[in-house]
Amino acid sequence: MKDHSPSHPNGNMNEHDKTTASALVPLESLLETPHKKVDLAELREKLAAGRGPAFWRTLDEAAESEHLKEYVEQEFPGLSGQIPQGVDRRNLLKVMGASLAMAGAAGCTKLPLESIVPYVRQPENIVPGLPMFYATAITNAGYAKGVLVESHFNRPTKVEGNPDHPASLGSTTIFEQASILNLYDPDRSETVLQRGGLSTWGQFTGAASLEAQSVGSRQGEGLAILTGLTTSPTFISQMNALLAQWPKAKWYTHEPSANPAVRSAAKKIAGRPAYVDYDFSQADVIVSLESDFLNAGPASLKNARQFAAKRGIDNGQTPVRYYAVESSPSVSGSLADHRFSVKSSAIPAMAYQLAKALGVASPDLAGTAPDWLAKVAEDLSSHKSRCLVIPGEYQPESVHLAAYAINAALGNVGTTVRLLESYIPETSSLEDLTSDLNNGHVEMLVIIEANPVYSAPASLNFEAAIRKARLVVRLGQHFDETSRWSHWHVPSVHYLETWTDARAFDGTVTILQPLVEPLYRGKSPHEMLSVLLGKPDATPHDIVKAYWQSTNPNGFDAFWKTSLHNGVVAGTAAAVLNAGGPVTLPALTPLESSEWEVTFQPDPTVGDGSWANNGWLQELPKPQTKTTWDNLIFVRPSDAEKMGLHNGDLLKVTVKDRSVTGPVWVTPNQAQGSVRIFFGYGRTASGRVGNKIGYSAYAIQDASLPYIAPATIAKVPGRYEIANTQATQSMEEREPVRAAEFAEFKEHPNFPTLEEKPVPKELSLYPESQWTYPNHKWGMTIDLNICTGCSACAIACQAENNIAVVGKDQVARGRHMHWIRIDQYYSGNGTLDEPVSYNQPVPCMHCENAPCEVVCPVGATVHSNEGINQMVYNRCVGTRYCSNNCPYKVRRFNFYLYSDWETESLKGMRNPDVTVRSRGVMEKCSYCIQRIQEVKIKAEKEDNRKIVDGEIITACQQACPTQAITFGDLNDPQSKVAQMAALKRNYSLLDDLNNRPRTTYLGNVRNSNEALRGQRGSNREG
Amino acid sequence: MDQIEKANVNNIHLPTEVIPDPGANIVLGHGLDYKTVTDRIGGIVVLPWKNSPKKWLVGAFISFCFVNLLMLAVYLLFTKGVGIWGLNIPVAWGFAIINFVWWIGIGHAGTLISAVLFLVKQDWRTSINRFSEAMTLFAVACAGMFPILHLGRPWLFYWLLPYPNSMWLWPQPRSPLEWDVFAVSTYGTVSLVFWYVGLLPDLASLRDTAPYLWQRKIYAILSLGWRGSAIHWHRYQKAYLLLAGLATPLVLSVHTIVSFDFAVSQLPGWHTTIFPPYFVAGAVYSGFAMVLTLVIPLRAWYNMRDLITLRTIEAAAKLMLGVGLIVAYGYGMEAFFAWYSGDKYESFMYWNRMTGPYGFMYWLLILCNIAIPQLLWSQKVRHNLGLVWTISIVINIGMWLERFEIVVTSLHRDFLPSSWGMYIPTKWDIATYAGTLGFFMLLIFLFVRALPSISIFEVREQVHHDLQHENKPAVEEHA
Repeated sequence: MKDHSPSHPNGNMNEHDKTTASALVPLESLLETPHKKVDLAELREKLAAGRGPAFWRTLDEAAESEHLKEYVEQEFPGLSGQIPQGVDRRNLLKVMGASLAMAGAAGCTKLPLESIVPYVRQPENIVPGLPMFYATAITNAGYAKGVLVESHFNRPTKVEGNPDHPASLGSTTIFEQASILNLYDPDRSETVLQRGGLSTWGQFTGAASLEAQSVGSRQGEGLAILTGLTTSPTFISQMNALLAQWPKAKWYTHEPSANPAVRSAAKKIAGRPAYVDYDFSQADVIVSLESDFLNAGPASLKNARQFAAKRGIDNGQTPVRYYAVESSPSVSGSLADHRFSVKSSAIPAMAYQLAKALGVASPDLAGTAPDWLAKVAEDLSSHKSRCLVIPGEYQPESVHLAAYAINAALGNVGTTVRLLESYIPETSSLEDLTSDLNNGHVEMLVIIEANPVYSAPASLNFEAAIRKARLVVRLGQHFDETSRWSHWHVPSVHYLETWTDARAFDGTVTILQPLVEPLYRGKSPHEMLSVLLGKPDATPHDIVKAYWQSTNPNGFDAFWKTSLHNGVVAGTAAAVLNAGGPVTLPALTPLESSEWEVTFQPDPTVGDGSWANNGWLQELPKPQTKTTWDNLIFVRPSDAEKMGLHNGDLLKVTVKDRSVTGPVWVTPNQAQGSVRIFFGYGRTASGRVGNKIGYSAYAIQDASLPYIAPATIAKVPGRYEIANTQATQSMEEREPVRAAEFAEFKEHPNFPTLEEKPVPKELSLYPESQWTYPNHKWGMTIDLNICTGCSACAIACQAENNIAVVGKDQVARGRHMHWIRIDQYYSGNGTLDEPVSYNQPVPCMHCENAPCEVVCPVGATVHSNEGINQMVYNRCVGTRYCSNNCPYKVRRFNFYLYSDWETESLKGMRNPDVTVRSRGVMEKCSYCIQRIQEVKIKAEKEDNRKIVDGEIITACQQACPTQAITFGDLNDPQSKVAQMAALKRNYSLLDDLNNRPRTTYLGNVRNSNEALRGQRGSNREG
Repeated sequence: MDQIEKANVNNIHLPTEVIPDPGANIVLGHGLDYKTVTDRIGGIVVLPWKNSPKKWLVGAFISFCFVNLLMLAVYLLFTKGVGIWGLNIPVAWGFAIINFVWWIGIGHAGTLISAVLFLVKQDWRTSINRFSEAMTLFAVACAGMFPILHLGRPWLFYWLLPYPNSMWLWPQPRSPLEWDVFAVSTYGTVSLVFWYVGLLPDLASLRDTAPYLWQRKIYAILSLGWRGSAIHWHRYQKAYLLLAGLATPLVLSVHTIVSFDFAVSQLPGWHTTIFPPYFVAGAVYSGFAMVLTLVIPLRAWYNMRDLITLRTIEAAAKLMLGVGLIVAYGYGMEAFFAWYSGDKYESFMYWNRMTGPYGFMYWLLILCNIAIPQLLWSQKVRHNLGLVWTISIVINIGMWLERFEIVVTSLHRDFLPSSWGMYIPTKWDIATYAGTLGFFMLLIFLFVRALPSISIFEVREQVHHDLQHENKPAVEEHA
């Protein structure tokens, strides 16, 4: 029983062995393991060591090895006799095809065996070179977001939003976009492991069935199943069947990024499990009590779409007014008309004060409300039934109750607020599991996907508790922290590899269909439950199909096909619940008073840590700070000044005797006396990308105060290098972002260009008529009024255009490769602590007088007759003069061979329509030229028809949750982009250089409250 | 035939005692005749190793070590990519371009001394023209390396050349980098031809006086059949004059075009109309500085103080001072226009250059290029060779800093604050630069040992000229 994992905590494992040794004996005897365990890691290492001819030599050697023969025998028991004793490589390879693929020799993908239904916009059959699209969905904390996945010859390459899905509406967040990289993650677990040694699914099912029998004889006593949150109807029905069969078995859930207070508050409000849904399309005034509603949560994309529509100003409407109260700058907060920095721990009291000001009965509070609160209350009460108070996702129950009470008092329930049925089953919590483990009530623990050893609050000491179980079975995509402490590890499937189902926030079901057979023969949660239920041979397809067949016995085939095709199951949206009785606000129990509070949130790019091994997300500059590859500790500038802290200094944050040390980031808009730390880092077994970076915020998390806790902080000697992509966040009087008050906008709709002197056209050496664009004149507009800075566009671009990940060191050297970057500027009323922040996505401007083109000595960057500034990679010799002469600095250079040309699994992921760049060439945004060409060719084949506006959608445009990006033909006056470009608030960046950019911006307009102007939280001077 | 037989080691006499400098009034020392001139200059080349100073061996060895460092740096560069340097976006040009411009600038002195001073009949150029021409060639060789090394894909450098190819692709003629290809290669070619033509009579002298047969054979091949006949001399002088005329505009054109690399762009700090004359002045400035840096030790090591006299050094120092004032004027105008233009990007750029993170380098540059060289107004300083040598080194450093300032501070903070960054050279940046310094020095060392570093025949002419003057006392007083 050797330990094979290189990063395995050996010493601890031995200890583990000791503690469970007596319990293990019967299990060992049940498992017949006459053979020596094959060391797959060693074998794979051997296979990976060589390349080219050497590689085959290694394979020969591997094929001859005793290990491999043994492995074949265990995996294909029936076949072992067929392998001749003498080494016949040809036969061996024939038999071994699949297994060797797994060992890294080839990364071929296969279409699933069951029939899957493609989405509407593609040819009926596979046409070489044309991608197929399939509708499916991705879940996050149980809730689904519908996606369409592009597949080239059975290789999924790109995820896009499903316009028919209520939680997507065609857009995506960064996570949907980045999920494709997780599929091809070379660090995914590839095989069943028993205590770190190689095993097989067959061995596992054998052992598990025996265990299930033994558990079954005790009515499930001692069986614990831990999962993440789920809404999957099939999974829930399986669980229900299991719990019905074994009533004493228990189901626990653990979801570090889902605040249980949200559900408990909703239950109190509705009198039953519920989901509180907000309708922004009806709201004229929004008050957010630390909610990041535009970027977080299951409905963020819908919220963003609705919010953007309400913020529109071009059709004469008065935009929504949005007050944000928060302790730390959020993506949503960057769009607020007024932003108030308040400690998170003070928000419950503030919510109560607001409630009181609006006439809601609430317990008496010490202290007085700030002045602005009355003005906000006034504004709310003058917009009865057309306003909204949203509680923060990580705020305690009291804030959720208060927000609902305020909404109810303002008559918003029924207009902007509705209660929906909730489909999240009620289960026991991780705290319960820990105490059950510690009390010896758990004999067999089955952990499906959740990773509690990493993400449990430190106060639970879960790593000690898990050792109390006699048998731990883990289903996971990686051999991670939890798998290390499990007796059995079974590789799990990626969502693109399996059949399952899930619900959106509003209950709408999507049946998830696989695009490929599992790359590493992973098993789905459905299969795991089936094994426990004594049906080890059931496939996920049959399980899911059987469930839906039982609910739709009539016309099932049509139902199934339509549901798969659309990516939504019709008629499954949740019923609107009637409001329960009036909400009574409980008395507040303030936090123990402390100079400092610490707030915990999932990292903006790697979430709760489950995305840690995703290089795209690691390298994505985090909103506001533009830092990459690390989690930081946010400190307000004036607090930092007081403590002598600078960016990169180390700070020790202590909560109840547990402390963690991380690098400081001096962050404007962070509340005074509040520091923000992030989950998602400090992982030890996530894979090559996510291991050993940052600190683990879970290490100081206390289960009783999970998200907001009193803390002490202290500066620690030492410095830490932080890789950020934008060092200067002030506009330096250059006004790249132009903003106005709504009143100013009404007076001067052309405010962005008001002070600009037009450049005389004859200034150019080249005659005006030299280039005309008779056919198409592609252009883009970006509406800064509704850009949230969420960065979905950047990841979408990375996925679409095969953009390389360069690593922290290279980012720190200023060599990140993003084709579209989101600049973030601070401006406003001149305070360092609470400036206004603006987001500005910057792709290539595709200048008509492009400065890059004239200086290239080899003509590697040239102008197309449709006005696109094109990069010819093959011709580029890498003088980098173009980048020097580009005033927007949107060009990216391959200083090294950044693209990974070696890792087999990543090859399948690449977009075949886009060149994978080599070392020494320049690259930049191409307006997704491959998409333009695809549509042009299609139109040409269809009788040379005109291209319809909106037919060509760039990757960034497609992903954008607020649809701030518009692309199209400027020659067509009816096109949306031409209309946007004709708006008076349209302006070009660095217009005075006469480069005539094709990408233009629409100025930002804020609708601040007259009564608050010039005060704290105001966005502009009075 | 007669001459060849007579030539042997014992026939060549080098002075054993240290010959003092004859002072700042005469181009050559007294007591020189045709034989001693030939022996003293040619002897360095043709006599066996034991006659070379130990310092040569040490210096050449150190230079050779640096050449190895260069090869290591280039090997890494070619196998890994330009990422080994400190480049990034926004600062996509760094040491490579700085060094390119610096070396090209140094390469200006040779042609200027040989061609321009020849045309304006400055007799003091006689003793240093050969050496500075060689220096020019070697500096251009170092400079020429950088544009290729700095390419992302250096193996495709020939795509910058207009060669016929099946793709029907030509270079893009609007790019100043393309103009550079022609400017630098033309300058390199003309400098080489000019230098070689100037060498011919001396190569023939060596052929005739070298003590060993193998030496005579080599120099015979190199001298292309020069026999010193009147018709040879007649044609030679015509050709030399023509070449001098051809080379003179190149002195102006090369650095003008190099300055276009910057001036044609729209980057604040680069987009400046003053750049062409300002670059040329800077080039001449650094060229003379480098000549003095090398010549002062050379004449001491090889006991040639009477061949390269204080007169030459002082004249070069004065010229350096004068050109330095033009450079100072250039700095002044650059700053003035940054302010006067009213352009916020320009004025920010110059303010940032003076006070930003690289501000200390700007002030160091002002110290090196403007303040310290003013010492040369004093004759005492000009006659103190240690000081002159130090000032010449200071100017070399200053001119390098100037190029650093132009390249880096303009790029690192340009239009959009979001893309601002910093440039920090890596050890491989420094290794490559140090490597080319070693390469340059090694070539100089080899040159000194393999070819006459002072023009023998021109010194003979000068000796003839001086002797005539000595025979005429009336004229001597005037001299």
